[in-house]
Amino acid sequence: MGSVTVYGPPISTAVSRVLACLLEKDVDFKLVNVDMAKGQHKSPDYLKLQPFGQVPAFQDEHATLFESRAICRYICDKYANRGNQSLFGRNGGGPAERAQVEQWLEAESQSFNPPSSALVFQLAFAPRMGLPQDPAAIELNQAKLAKVLDVYERRLGESRFLAGDEFALADLAHLPNAHYICAAGKDDMFASRKNVARWWEEISTRPSWKKVVDMFSAPPA
Amino acid sequence: MAVKVYGKPQAVCPQRVMHCLVEKGVPFEFVLVDIDAMEQKRPEYMEKHPFGQVPFIADGDFELFESRAIVRYFAAKYADRGPNLLGRTAEERAKVEQWLDVEAISYSPCAFTIVFNLFLLPIRGLPGNKGEAVAAMEKLDKVLEVYEKQLSRTKYLAGDEFTLADLTHIPVTRYIVEHCGLAYLLDDKPHAKAWWEDVSRRPAWKKVMSFVASGASFYSP
Repeated sequence: MGSVTVYGPPISTAVSRVLACLLEKDVDFKLVNVDMAKGQHKSPDYLKLQPFGQVPAFQDEHATLFESRAICRYICDKYANRGNQSLFGRNGGGPAERAQVEQWLEAESQSFNPPSSALVFQLAFAPRMGLPQDPAAIELNQAKLAKVLDVYERRLGESRFLAGDEFALADLAHLPNAHYICAAGKDDMFASRKNVARWWEEISTRPSWKKVVDMFSAPPA
Repeated sequence: MAVKVYGKPQAVCPQRVMHCLVEKGVPFEFVLVDIDAMEQKRPEYMEKHPFGQVPFIADGDFELFESRAIVRYFAAKYADRGPNLLGRTAEERAKVEQWLDVEAISYSPCAFTIVFNLFLLPIRGLPGNKGEAVAAMEKLDKVLEVYEKQLSRTKYLAGDEFTLADLTHIPVTRYIVEHCGLAYLLDDKPHAKAWWEDVSRRPAWKKVMSFVASGASFYSP
């Protein structure tokens, strides 16, 4: 043990997704920054870890992996007996409980992520990079995201968390994009929906996520 | 009571689910949801599937949406039947998950844009957006270059056995190759081309195609 390395800047939404999972699971890790402004993510050495030139990449003594949600699933399986043990359905909950988590993790990936990623880029990263914002893109993606959050509002009126009564990977996967959208002042999308607001308050105040947010402002390793 | 799969049999995402069930020898009833008439957006259907999409499955009392969550569920439930679609160790499974996510996030969005603009719109007598299709083809070509590298090292995406990571690519790739005239994208990628020829000739996939062509409602292994 003790050989987990995550590659990428902590402010990246996909990197922070993995960090949140490692912290929930009490798994120690080393974070190695990848300076994307300098193109390090396209260097031949990095492409050996992540052939698409994206962040994060992940290594432990058994595996080298990419795709943040696949990495989170692996962490939950590999370190099943550490930290939070109900991220993927409870131990002994069976295929049906796990499938519920998978369902909402897919919903996050397929329905929530596209419009929320576009908004995160427009609201949080474009200004940082000195790029102009596109008001039409913001409006379009806000409207798409609103429809998704309406579905969540209904679901979270029936269930404490998306996949059931326990905080799970399906909820965790939402933390990075939602954080940036709220931090950029568009938190009314979440606050104006009673059940979504309750859910967001609960998941975003988890100690593991607070630690990740602290890492956003730490100097790079 | 047999598994019920709701959707349109010609549609890509329901075909993923059917293929998984056929590989595992699981009988099912296919219940038509007329997506051309927007049946999936009617309130009765959206009671089951809050995002108003296909497929949706019912396995006895257990209900699920998102095709990739569904195939993971059946592959795990019937792990001891038919081919091993999920890997045997945490590391093997993680590789399957990794390439499943690549398919969902990098491969299919481009592939769907191509199929939408070069096939779906034209058969309805509507103009497709050639510019979007060309941009998507260029992206897909770059993704396929990464696949070519991987498939020069392993017979299938996640290793030397066919898994869910290969399975989820098949329906949309068939549309690209057979209905959008883009078989040539594989011509300069001998390993990717051999992989496509191998996976598209699997007996289970051929059974899915026959089932779809027959218009039958019930599949028995």
